[in-house]
Amino acid sequence: MTANRLAESLLALSQQEELVDLPKDYLLSGSEDEGDNDGEREHQKLLEAISSLDGKNRRKLAERSEASLKVSEFNVSSEGSGEKLVLADLLEPVKTSSSLATVKKQLNRVKSKKTVELPLNKEEIERYHKVVKKGKAKKALKEFEQLRKVNPAAALEELEKIEKARMMERMSLKHQNSGKWAKSKAIMAKYDLEARQAMQEQLAKNKELTQKLQVASESEEEEGGTEEVEELLVPDVVNEVQMNADGPNPWMLRSCTSDTKEAATQEDPEQLPEPEAHEVSESEGEERPVAEEEILLREFEERRSLRKRSELSQDAEPAGSQETKDSSSQEVLSELRVLAQKLKENDQSRKQKASSEGTIPQVQREEPAPEEEEPLLLQRPERVQTLEELEELGKEECFQNKELPRPVLEGQQSERTPNNRPDAPKEKKKKEQMIDLQNLLTTQSPSVKSLAVPTIEELEDEEERNQRQMIKEAFAGDDVIRDFLKEKREAVEASKPKDVDLTLPGWGEWGGVGLKPSAKKRRRFLIKAPEGPPRKDKNLPNVIINEKRNIHTAAHQVRVLPYPFTHHWQFERTIQTPIGSTWNTQRAFQKLTTPKVVTKPGHIINPIKAEDVGYRSSSRSDLSVIQRNPKRITTRHKKQLKKSSVD
Amino acid sequence: VGEMETAPKSGRDVPPKKDKLQTKRRKPRRYWEEETVPTRDGASAGPPCNKKNRELRPQRRKNAHILKKSRISKKPQVPKKPREWKNPESQRSLSGVNPGPGSSPLPRSKAKTRSRLEVAEAEEEETSIKAARSELLLAEEPGFLEGEDGEDTAKICQADIVEAVDIASAAKHFDLNLRQFGPYRLNYSRTGRHLAFGGRRGHVAALDWVTKKLMCEINVMEAVRDIRFLHSEALLAVAQNRWLHIYDNQGIELHCIRRCDRVTRLEFLPFHFLLATASETGFLTYLDVSVGKIVAALNARAGRLDVMSQNPYNAVIHLGHSNGTVSLWSPAMKEPLAKILCHRGGVRAVAVDSTGTYMATSGLDHQLKIFDLRGTYQPLSTRTLPHGAGHLAFSQRGLLVAGMGDVVNIWAGQGKASPPSLEQPYLTHRLSGPVHGLQFCPFEDVLGVGHSGGITSMLVPGAGEPNFDGLESNPYRSRKQRQEWEVKALLEKVPAELICLDPRALAKVDVISLEQGKKERIERLGYDPEAKAPFQPKPKQKGRSSTASLVKRKRKVMDEEHRDKVRQSLQQQQQRHKEVKAKSTGARPSALDRFVR
Repeated sequence: MTANRLAESLLALSQQEELVDLPKDYLLSGSEDEGDNDGEREHQKLLEAISSLDGKNRRKLAERSEASLKVSEFNVSSEGSGEKLVLADLLEPVKTSSSLATVKKQLNRVKSKKTVELPLNKEEIERYHKVVKKGKAKKALKEFEQLRKVNPAAALEELEKIEKARMMERMSLKHQNSGKWAKSKAIMAKYDLEARQAMQEQLAKNKELTQKLQVASESEEEEGGTEEVEELLVPDVVNEVQMNADGPNPWMLRSCTSDTKEAATQEDPEQLPEPEAHEVSESEGEERPVAEEEILLREFEERRSLRKRSELSQDAEPAGSQETKDSSSQEVLSELRVLAQKLKENDQSRKQKASSEGTIPQVQREEPAPEEEEPLLLQRPERVQTLEELEELGKEECFQNKELPRPVLEGQQSERTPNNRPDAPKEKKKKEQMIDLQNLLTTQSPSVKSLAVPTIEELEDEEERNQRQMIKEAFAGDDVIRDFLKEKREAVEASKPKDVDLTLPGWGEWGGVGLKPSAKKRRRFLIKAPEGPPRKDKNLPNVIINEKRNIHTAAHQVRVLPYPFTHHWQFERTIQTPIGSTWNTQRAFQKLTTPKVVTKPGHIINPIKAEDVGYRSSSRSDLSVIQRNPKRITTRHKKQLKKSSVD
Repeated sequence: VGEMETAPKSGRDVPPKKDKLQTKRRKPRRYWEEETVPTRDGASAGPPCNKKNRELRPQRRKNAHILKKSRISKKPQVPKKPREWKNPESQRSLSGVNPGPGSSPLPRSKAKTRSRLEVAEAEEEETSIKAARSELLLAEEPGFLEGEDGEDTAKICQADIVEAVDIASAAKHFDLNLRQFGPYRLNYSRTGRHLAFGGRRGHVAALDWVTKKLMCEINVMEAVRDIRFLHSEALLAVAQNRWLHIYDNQGIELHCIRRCDRVTRLEFLPFHFLLATASETGFLTYLDVSVGKIVAALNARAGRLDVMSQNPYNAVIHLGHSNGTVSLWSPAMKEPLAKILCHRGGVRAVAVDSTGTYMATSGLDHQLKIFDLRGTYQPLSTRTLPHGAGHLAFSQRGLLVAGMGDVVNIWAGQGKASPPSLEQPYLTHRLSGPVHGLQFCPFEDVLGVGHSGGITSMLVPGAGEPNFDGLESNPYRSRKQRQEWEVKALLEKVPAELICLDPRALAKVDVISLEQGKKERIERLGYDPEAKAPFQPKPKQKGRSSTASLVKRKRKVMDEEHRDKVRQSLQQQQQRHKEVKAKSTGARPSALDRFVR
């Protein structure tokens, strides 16, 4: 039980780590801007590879939702690269040589021996049984192959039997690492190992992309072939990681294995220092070469590690059982496993205590992980459904679903369990809006007919690598949408007017350390800020509009209403037509800009008189004028009268 | 006679400034003219009298849609606001119902406001009519490309086009094979006459590309990231490996601007004389090239900047970031004016069309999206490209080009104001190397493509604006004319701090300060000087001024006011109701409508 728990937590942890670290590589691979060619091709290739990877395993995932408990088991034992944790090591820390090669050697040695000397001690008996069983399994496999060729119907029946056996196994939950199915896979793993070696050689030889892709497809075919033999007997590990590949952004996933590796190094830094260092350097080395190569390498490594995991989970078991107990007694084994986990746990805790503080958060993080695992597990079937539904929509769906497996993501969590947080619904709405929006954007397949595929490639020089590095460093955030929503939330919060709390603790009541002012008091002295006007981007999920006032522009604006206007819109109406020559024809411009006063040189400008301005006899100042010059006024009046009569 | 109506009849309650208005409407009376001379001088001088205006009004309605400014896309064009919302307001003001809170106590000023508004409306109308009329003078028509009965225009290759067009146009299609100095960035001058290009490996050249006369050719012995003409073809800004350098058209280095270091992209804002530089260090720096001062250095806080474009409508700079957002910047603000999440991968290219309505973005998710920039920032159309576009550019007439590897695709819209439809490419062309720079030549149907194999100038019918403004950007201008224009442009330089999302903000009142000022004034005075004085009944004689009757009269006035208010609100309600009805009758009523709510 504790083992399972630990495994769960580790799985969750490793997943978390993956999530955190993903964007690095995502950006790393994606950030070409000048060598466009390479990038595009990389993307395309990668997408193809990923989609081909997906194909078969998705549906199976949908069928098994509870199996992930077991899946975590594999993760523990292999933890990324697969070569690190072996049961035997845990039991016998003295004997450090736990790499695959030694195990294989042992196995081979055992195999080569036809006869067994008696009397055997307990371990030898066990080993003997092991070998016998292996031989049987091999034989059975061969027979099955033949049967398939000769009589397909019978083969099918046989297959069904196998399947039934497997189901029984699964129901009994005794199959962990030692079940029939697991052992049968061990045999398969051997084939895969060879294939892997071949692949590596080819990789080293070829640097051209097309060849590499072929290799990839070949390897897939190989796997496909094996799957034909045992259709449904796919290792859980494979499923597990494939599922991840479905879920999160495929770009980000390339780093999956390396990240888990890193996690592993963090987990047990002293157990297997050498191979790990080797691998880390390897992965670093892989990052260096041209991007296409890098991507493919990653891809291969992922596959390889998958295989290794499944393989190792098999291989580790005989090694472990050699020294421990009878092969048939499953209970003992499980007990031993628990013991091993405990041992490992102790070991780790000791190490973590001894080592620097950097590892302490991990211990803490291991605790909440199982709880976080829960929603993730619940989500699975649903997610796969959506994936299947969205399959036609193209690669977008990969992006769309990348958040789903994230246990830490509040929005998603709230979708499943709305009561979790007080502010969850709002955010959820936002998120849904956003995702809907993005879903709507998924587009038709592009027209390729006139668009020839670009052929020329550019070698990336150092500069571009630098860029890459820069971007990688600059954008450590993992998820675009989540980050954006977070940013938006922060912006909204920042722009909101703040409440003023005038509560004085200890005033009118007891005060002191640990005493808080009463809620009633706080309520009373809290001055709530008035709600501002609604934000412009309230209904725009993908936009943050800065609501801050632009004071530099405001300095140029009119801030006092001129006389006859009583409301600002009136004045705005009169100034909204531009009068410059840029916006108007020459005639219109001249007309609009005619000065009110035009002077002509050589003419006398008389001082202004009251009449000129329009004042009549009514005004008092005019009285004097009238008295002084009554005649003129009368003529004016006459004129006016005349005019009105004409009208 | 029509003038006589308006002239002096208003008699004594005409406020003193009324005369001024009249003088504005008719030809102003000059002081050197005899006072007795009647102020009108007939229709020959072209003073539109009121009557004429009334006649024109319906006509304006008709013209409302075709009215356009004659000078197209030269300056940040200020589009007129839709008439639809203007009219009701003006009518409201005309009918005397003032919705504003500070309605004036004096009927006189009300009338005055009304007349001012009328004048403004008339002016606007007149100018728009004139603008419409002057469109006749735009003789040139845009080019086009049509396939023979259903033929896909994208299949028409450059050779065919060159064969079909006249010799002068055919000469505009050429290839410069410059394989030695790496991928090229290029830039056309604002008149479209000159072309500058810079190769990654230091090759910088400028030429009059129409006559193919080389102005200068140098090797700066340093990596060249970007190249751009400043306000005229006489100055060149080159973003080199380390710093920003400015050369003249002889290739002489004039400045080395060390405050702009590690620049990756350049943009020049012609009306502000600002050179915007985006740097590897994550800074967006605005350099005023008229005075040589750095106006603003903004930290985008988003890592390396290498995707930049300007909005020609409002001079806002758009930066694309690797977290999938596009941020909009002005030198007046330290933070982005807006941030738009465009892609799920990083943004690779951004382009904004000449009217500032549409923005095209392409991202690492291989998508090409067109966004509406008019407030909503929502994608209008999206398309997945097999390899994603690394470079984007809009032409003057709204064609969109995308460079994908060594292929360029061009999409065209339905009309000038419509976004390019991404359904079918309008043209396609394959180059001898991956694209590194794209720009449509202004006023020409030419697209310049910089790639690793050199420069390609390809013909794209219908790309350029066929009519140029001789005063603004004249491709055929002489040196003297250029100098003249330069002075004028400098005099008309727009201050950098006026850059904001809505370039019309300057024509708006700063309401916040206005309200603040009002409030402070009220506080200072202790009362609201603009508030309506409460009704005070006049004292009357013969016992009618008893307290009771005073109260009664007061009550009467109060009730009257209240009734007015109620009436008004009722009217408004009715109107709203009518509108709703009109809307609902627009769609065919269905039996299921009752379930809608």
